[in-house]
Amino acid sequence: MKNRIQKKLGEDKKLLSIYFSAGYPNLNDTVSIIQDLEKNGVDMIEIGLPFSDPLADGPTIQKSSTMALKNGMGTDLLFNQLKEIRKTVSIPLIIMGYFNPVLQYGVENFCKKCQEIGIDGLILPDLPLDVYKEEYETIFKKYNLINIFLITPQTSESRISQIDDASEGFIYMVSSASTTGAKQGLGEEQEAYFDRIARMNLKNPQIVGFGISNARTFEQATKTAKGAIIGSAFIKMLSQKGTAGISEFIRPLNHKP
Amino acid sequence: MTYHADEKGYYGQFGGAFIPEMLYPNTEELRQNYLQIMEEPSFVKEFRALLKDYVGRPTPLYFAKRLSDKYKTKIYLKREDLCHTGAHKVNNTIGQILMAKRLGKTRIIAETGAGQHGVATATVCALMGIECVVYMGEIDIARQAPNVARMKMLGAEVRPALSGSRTLKDATNEAIRDWINNPVNTHYIIGSVVGPHPYPDMVARFQSVISEEIQSQLLEKEGIPNPDYVVACVGGGSNAAGTYYHYLDNEDVGIIAVEAAGKGVNSGESAATSALGKVGIIHGSKTLLMQTQDGQITEPYSISAGLDYPGVGPMHAHLFTSGRGEFISITDDEAMTAGLMVSQLEGIIPAIETAHAFAIFGQRKFAQDDIVVINLSGRGDKDLQAYIDYFKL
Repeated sequence: MKNRIQKKLGEDKKLLSIYFSAGYPNLNDTVSIIQDLEKNGVDMIEIGLPFSDPLADGPTIQKSSTMALKNGMGTDLLFNQLKEIRKTVSIPLIIMGYFNPVLQYGVENFCKKCQEIGIDGLILPDLPLDVYKEEYETIFKKYNLINIFLITPQTSESRISQIDDASEGFIYMVSSASTTGAKQGLGEEQEAYFDRIARMNLKNPQIVGFGISNARTFEQATKTAKGAIIGSAFIKMLSQKGTAGISEFIRPLNHKP
Repeated sequence: MTYHADEKGYYGQFGGAFIPEMLYPNTEELRQNYLQIMEEPSFVKEFRALLKDYVGRPTPLYFAKRLSDKYKTKIYLKREDLCHTGAHKVNNTIGQILMAKRLGKTRIIAETGAGQHGVATATVCALMGIECVVYMGEIDIARQAPNVARMKMLGAEVRPALSGSRTLKDATNEAIRDWINNPVNTHYIIGSVVGPHPYPDMVARFQSVISEEIQSQLLEKEGIPNPDYVVACVGGGSNAAGTYYHYLDNEDVGIIAVEAAGKGVNSGESAATSALGKVGIIHGSKTLLMQTQDGQITEPYSISAGLDYPGVGPMHAHLFTSGRGEFISITDDEAMTAGLMVSQLEGIIPAIETAHAFAIFGQRKFAQDDIVVINLSGRGDKDLQAYIDYFKL
């Protein structure tokens, strides 16, 4: 059975994906943010499950995670908020977070819950490839969840090939050696890296994340890649304008008429 | 059965490398090289020479006569407090700076809580003329002004960790984030037996000079290399790992780990990870850690900044779960009282971390002919203000 991520990747267009921290700016904004994003033409959403110690994130997402936790966000509550999401939303939904909250929920319980709700994939940056393969791959597959792996400019070709083999959706291509939201824009170094990866002819398409903040960087990133993810810039907008600013933020990014 | 790390860095079910892909090349470079580098004769020679001439090793193994009389057992103190910079931390930073040089790194980062590891890192960076950035929680910077000044005098840049609870755990997060942003030229000197593989094993090996010396010194003094018990305080657990190292697989030697109970294990203000922790992931390692039911890491408390860590190294998590180690928790009050007691019985003012280890005699009895070696991991100079405030000196 094809999962929504795989179907979406089959569409003949560049994909715009948005990340936000669930429970931010307000505890109960989760569902309306997802609905607004879909209405405004976003192709895919990463719903951030907040964590107390987000190692790979820069100040913006650290702050939104901390605030979300202060607002009272938690694993059960997130699942509860998303319980009926598939009645109104049909684009692929991915939960992105750190491994410890998933481990505490019970990996199988977590995956089962995701399937019930209609979550299509997980991005858990600190769940390493070898541990996933040895301990969790069968569980993810049982619940039709796609696990998304990251690569960076420092990832060796042999490791990229291993990751490509283990992947079934897309590869999350981190644009530079950095935490989220750390670098402004994309330079020649990134373009050379995107070209290098494109020439590898991987079986999985790549979606670029980190450093994408506007239409210009989106276009740069998707010259060779299938799509791009905006996170910190979207969250910054939410902190300034709240959910009312969503359509204005997405409009210039919207490559579709 | 071994209590050492396996080749993937697991101690039983604990350890491993739960890191984002951004850190994979860094830790992989270290993993592939650390054992080989540590075994190179030129490395061994340089490491040993610096430990001897710069750190002042071997540190004495001192028979504490008055303490032994008081508790009716034979107590030896391993005098790590006499190391240059005042604690065992420098054994590891000497080893890691030599490792960093051999890996061609030109910039060092570190985290620090109380500032002891930060000072030990700043010291070796000054010694080698290498750029040094130390992350320290904003709250700790305010609490530990003398150590901040020492690091600055030694030429290090002290960067405040402003995220989360702004203490050791957050300083560690910031150091890891720095490493993600500087993956090529930078080596991260972790201060304890925590973090992703190979750190817990590498740091334990650098600290193992402690138990190696205990063996030969005890042989000289008692005619046998093995005590009945080795005792150390555990925060992350580097001094404990060094004290236990050569005895881990010798079950004739009892291992005692002393944790900080803070205001009491069940007070809500504690750092007793073995009692309060559950299996989880912190700073890239699977271990026991204090966390909410949702897996959010909670803030520990201890009067001693060096024991104030919500996790424990994977070696110690395994020692606890397997029953190989005996874990005892000591409150702030018990530790402070023991610190004063050791000062007045032996003329040694211990660090508050170490004072926890001396407080076990209130709870734990030993036979008269037992040989108990306590690692006196650090001296109390840095804690003078805390002692002054506590005892109204």
